[in-house]
Amino acid sequence: MTSASGFLDIALGVALVTLVVGQVLSMVRLVLGPTTGDRILALDTMVINALGLVVVLGIQQGVKVYFEVTLLIAMLGFVSTVALARFILRGDIIE
Amino acid sequence: MTLAVAFTYAAGASLLIGSFFILVGVIGLLKFNDPMTRLHAPTKVGTIGVGMLLLASIFASVAEGSGTMHELLIMAFLFVTAPVSANFIAKVNIHLRNCDIPPAPPQDDTWSTLADQRLGIDNATPGAKVSES
Repeated sequence: MTSASGFLDIALGVALVTLVVGQVLSMVRLVLGPTTGDRILALDTMVINALGLVVVLGIQQGVKVYFEVTLLIAMLGFVSTVALARFILRGDIIE
Repeated sequence: MTLAVAFTYAAGASLLIGSFFILVGVIGLLKFNDPMTRLHAPTKVGTIGVGMLLLASIFASVAEGSGTMHELLIMAFLFVTAPVSANFIAKVNIHLRNCDIPPAPPQDDTWSTLADQRLGIDNATPGAKVSES
């Protein structure tokens, strides 16, 4: 049992470090990004990475409340991505 | 007992696979050199990467004895919304002409994404017109 939980701890650490590196690299693309589409894409990727961070934290701490947090972040991320794209496409979000 | 150990190992393996795909997708987002090509990589972050993390969450909760399937809801939501947002970003790229303009549609004059008169964009771009016959 100790070996299995040790493996899970190592995997949790690897996942956390990977997600943080992913956030940093997405932020580099957000700052560099030559076009608006790249910036929207980088923001979408950052929202999804934050969602993964919350999921990994929920596994690590064993708290069930993080499920609702993850669902809310997923919905808000989708709506904000679509709103940004609509604004660029039509000049307005709700016509 | 043995089943809990197996599910703990499965959770760890899913975490490692998911973080690998997240790393690959984000490196692709940073290194590709075309807006439409850059659109390709981060969809792997949204589907396989976070999907494996949510699968690991299911496995970990089963290993702790209180198995829940709530995470399947988030997974289904992500799988449904990822293509929609990718399609919107592709339409933004076409609208701002940051990529090769696709060939003209078979029936209409031009793509509706390109036909925006308020911005004063000329619709007579090469490849966006259909020949009058």
